[in-house]
Amino acid sequence: MSSKLSPRAKVLLYGTLCVLAIPFVFPTWWMVTSSVKPVSEVFAFPPSPIPTSVSFDGYRDAFTTQPFARQYLNSAYIALVVTFGTLAVSSMAGYAFARIRFRGQNLLFLVVLLGLLIPSEVTIVPLFRMFNALGLVDTHWPLILVPILGAPSVLATFIMRQFFIALPVELEEAARLDGLGRFATFWRIGLPLSRPALGAVSIFTFLHSWNLYLEPIVFLSTPEKFTLPQALTQFVDAYGGPMWNVQLSAASLTAIPVLIVFVIAQRQFIEGLAHTGLKG
Amino acid sequence: MPLLTDDRKAGRTSHRPALDGGRRWWTTRRRDHLAGYLFIAPQLVGSVLFVLIPLGLVVWYSLHEWNVLADTFDFVGAGNYRAMAEDPNLPGVLRASALFSIGLVALNLSLALFLAVLLNQRLRGTAFFRVMFFSPVVVSLVAWTIVWGFLLQDNGGINGLLDTIGVDGPNWLRGDLTAMLSVIVVQVVKNVGLNMVLFLAALQGVPGELYEAARVEGAGRWTQFRRITVPLISPTILLTSIITVVGSLQVFAQIAVLTQGGPGSSTTVLVYYLYQQAFQFHHFGYGATISVLLFLIVLALTVVQWQMRKRWVFHEQ
Repeated sequence: MSSKLSPRAKVLLYGTLCVLAIPFVFPTWWMVTSSVKPVSEVFAFPPSPIPTSVSFDGYRDAFTTQPFARQYLNSAYIALVVTFGTLAVSSMAGYAFARIRFRGQNLLFLVVLLGLLIPSEVTIVPLFRMFNALGLVDTHWPLILVPILGAPSVLATFIMRQFFIALPVELEEAARLDGLGRFATFWRIGLPLSRPALGAVSIFTFLHSWNLYLEPIVFLSTPEKFTLPQALTQFVDAYGGPMWNVQLSAASLTAIPVLIVFVIAQRQFIEGLAHTGLKG
Repeated sequence: MPLLTDDRKAGRTSHRPALDGGRRWWTTRRRDHLAGYLFIAPQLVGSVLFVLIPLGLVVWYSLHEWNVLADTFDFVGAGNYRAMAEDPNLPGVLRASALFSIGLVALNLSLALFLAVLLNQRLRGTAFFRVMFFSPVVVSLVAWTIVWGFLLQDNGGINGLLDTIGVDGPNWLRGDLTAMLSVIVVQVVKNVGLNMVLFLAALQGVPGELYEAARVEGAGRWTQFRRITVPLISPTILLTSIITVVGSLQVFAQIAVLTQGGPGSSTTVLVYYLYQQAFQFHHFGYGATISVLLFLIVLALTVVQWQMRKRWVFHEQ
């Protein structure tokens, strides 16, 4: 499939790619440009792809109609805590399953792997009742504890284990002979060598937490505790209709920082996410 | 997919006998066992606490009716399952789920493969297009869905575009069929980049000589694709189809934001119905019963696809 292409085939190929790219790029473009249009122009017909006059009312209203700054902070700190927590839990478990021999290892690994087979939606009712009994409903605890320790981190553990298995063991054995303990070997030798895997795990864990929707709307009920995805849907007028310019402004604020990081580190993103094969 | 490769060799460490006779019990081997258990302890405890116990509980709850307000928790036996068998909404929900999953998987996999083949050509700028097709994957799901909800309004951007070429577009989210089509397309465009990248990696692993040989034998491009490409990347097709099928059954946010299961209940898929029953109508027992059904469907589909690999996956690494 890598034979030389004729000029005609090239034109055809570029044309197809450009047309196909429209639904992938157009919505994001539309979101950002519409967010700075005055309300009167948001639904102007025919729509103008570039705003004629710029208005930041939508952005202002996003912060005044809801505690949006607070919600932004909630999403950011939860995603960061979940990412670092998952890195710690999954790198240690992955290392142990790959490197240390202990009784019942394979059975315990299977027990952990079961988490990959069980969609988190299946366990949402019992988890709600558990956290309800503990008085932790309408707190951020379920959104932090479950991803770090439960099903979402299982994939991370699996990836870390596969990575450590592929990693040559000699360096660590030398360190062990020099008298380094298990944890010190892991911390000083294993972990620094596993940077690519840690990067992939961080990216998909952060995105997973940042995008979580079902869990927040099940567990949280106070607007000050909401996370971003949940907050985005709350910008509605008195009749329950969406305030489009405000929603689009808030959506832009949610999506743009991640997109910028993605453009800068696109190789790590694409390869990291592709190797984990996980849905955003 | 070698889930459980034998890693004994890779993971072996030197087990030196303890030299100190007085402390023979505390051998390196025992220390290793302890270290292993300590290392996996958080993950293991978490799996038991947040995955296995809830999975058992969901079955237990499906035999009960839990009233949050009155704080009663009563055993009802097979009551919820009987209610499920007689639930007039359930056939529609299963139909919507099946329609969504089939449409999503078919469109996602074929588009992903098509894009991967296009990007696998010797062409300048494919890296740029790869980034563009992948970019929706990193856009926040709800933000993405909101924008599409905006574009799909009767007077929104899509009908505006159609208008410029003289087509009068429908009110997408208000018709049964167009609403279903919309949620499928929105989801495919969001995530197809992941499968595309997986296919692209697989295509790059296909040796070029095979195509050379086929060309010498007079095989056309389509024949080459069908007889060489597809069989050689079939392990990737299997992996992506399992992930995509399971993912399609978990769809929730898109439905909740775009259609709220409507119009009528035409896009009420299983997880959305589960959410409605448990967390909007507070039928937790029935919600648990739907969860059990969801789990069984996911399990069955995964097992069936895994079995199918023997039939049509060309080779396994």
